[in-house]
Amino acid sequence: MLTAEEKHEIESTARRYEDPRAACLDALKIVQDGRGWVSDESVRDIAATLGMSPAEVDGVATFYSLIFRRPVGRHVILVCDSVSCWIMGYERLVRHLSERLGIGLGGTTADGAFTLLPVVCLGACDTAPAMMIDDELHGDLTEEKIDRLLAEYREKKE
Amino acid sequence: MTEKPLTGRIRPNGEPLNLREYEQAGGYEALRQVVGRMAPVELMNLVRDSGLRGRGGAGFPTSMKWSFVPRGKLARRPVYLIANADEMEPGTFKDRLLLEGDPHQFIEGVILAAYAIEADIAYIFLRGEYTLAAKRIRQAVGEVYQAGYVGKNIRGSGWSLELHLHTGAGRYMCGEETALISSLEGRRANPRGKPPFPQVSGLFGRPTVVQNVETLCNLPHIAARGAAWFKGLSRCNDSGTKIYGVSGKVKRPGAWELPMGTPVREILEDCAGGMRDGLKLRALQPGGASTDFLDENCLDLAMDFETMQAAGSRLGTGTMIVLDDQTCPVGMIHNLLRFFAQESCGWCTPCREGLPWIARTLQAIEEGRGEPADLDVLETHTHLLGPGLTYCALAPGAMEPLQSGLKCFREDFERHIREQRCPWR
Repeated sequence: MLTAEEKHEIESTARRYEDPRAACLDALKIVQDGRGWVSDESVRDIAATLGMSPAEVDGVATFYSLIFRRPVGRHVILVCDSVSCWIMGYERLVRHLSERLGIGLGGTTADGAFTLLPVVCLGACDTAPAMMIDDELHGDLTEEKIDRLLAEYREKKE
Repeated sequence: MTEKPLTGRIRPNGEPLNLREYEQAGGYEALRQVVGRMAPVELMNLVRDSGLRGRGGAGFPTSMKWSFVPRGKLARRPVYLIANADEMEPGTFKDRLLLEGDPHQFIEGVILAAYAIEADIAYIFLRGEYTLAAKRIRQAVGEVYQAGYVGKNIRGSGWSLELHLHTGAGRYMCGEETALISSLEGRRANPRGKPPFPQVSGLFGRPTVVQNVETLCNLPHIAARGAAWFKGLSRCNDSGTKIYGVSGKVKRPGAWELPMGTPVREILEDCAGGMRDGLKLRALQPGGASTDFLDENCLDLAMDFETMQAAGSRLGTGTMIVLDDQTCPVGMIHNLLRFFAQESCGWCTPCREGLPWIARTLQAIEEGRGEPADLDVLETHTHLLGPGLTYCALAPGAMEPLQSGLKCFREDFERHIREQRCPWR
């Protein structure tokens, strides 16, 4: 079930568009913002709210890389794997991240603190290599800086 | 001291100007001069005379893009303007600077473009990862509604405009204008065949213009200071300034606003400080991942649309990616093509099937499993995925670094295959 707030926010967003279905992606983001990910049940609820079939909504949900159809950790690390970051040492840093967290790309740590995902160019090439943790961008990464960031975020609850 | 109309107001610490600060610096003066005082077609003619070309990568003349929108009784309503703030071309970080540093300049540009095409509704399509820009634009949109620069009957002109911020959820495809329209309609970001062009049938089948951030940011300045001034900013036939950028192993990576037509050498050496100690320039991509490599002899070429095309590449986004002599070119091309293969939306066959094949072949060569015939496979693909064979420019764009890379770095490819290893690893 969508909460009353979620339903209200989805419906008010839908009014910004000529066709309410255009709010499909917004709806997925609204649900994910509150719950961390988008379950099958949420896909069905969004579909019902916007007059779409669950398959249509899932087709959209699975297309976009920032919509998570599986549970993720409390913090999501998006590490840039595009060309400027690759030149500046992406491979070494992602190895370091994997070792520190004990997971590969796509994995979530056993304590549920972190999910590690690759992302395309973050538009931070002047501070490459770069990554995002949740909504924050971090550039000029080194092994030491990564260790510091992981410690900081592990302390943060959300 | 060269003029920097686009970035001159941006503070060194990057803190954005709020509405009042922007107005005190001369902001929204152009809007007050234009809206209700100048016919939309006059604004279009002014921009035509200025010679402004799109800054998103393709360099299409802005006024010509507008001219295809049906006007008067022929026009179906609403007419839409979409600001393409989905900056995702690898190696490109110029729009972020404008969006975060001076959101009101961008919004004034959006309103002026909307006025020129007599749009009813404008959407800002911002990539989901640009969270700081989203916060600042949301704030600025609220302020312009308050100030009456958007909304109903703007400044008594009889013209009304709705303005909305839409944030994306990833996928490079969304930067392609017809795919962006699909995405904004709440669908998968698949491109659409042209014609019909978006100006005739775009968002929800209505007339739609999609325009890049940097292009839009130029409009308030052209409107305020005129076409002749804008032409005088440049050092070449293409007018205005350009935000150039450099990434890779240079001393000071960054982005700088310079006259259009500034030579590579000045950007790379004077602005970016040249290569890091001990490294030499091997080649560069002048304007993002989907532009052809230029070799080390490109230093005296002017970074403008015509010169870059004549040199066999493209200006693209104007933010160059530098390859040094100690980084593997085959590895770099593998990274680029793996990106394109991943980001293909799968809508048409050559791109969906061809790019993964190319990426696998490049991976095999890079990992020391390549065969001489692989180079023919790669070469063949550059034709099969070239312009005109796909719905959009993703695959043809992907072929630019591949085809130029096969020429530029031929001996590196052959050495990988001959020695069955990557010599850089």
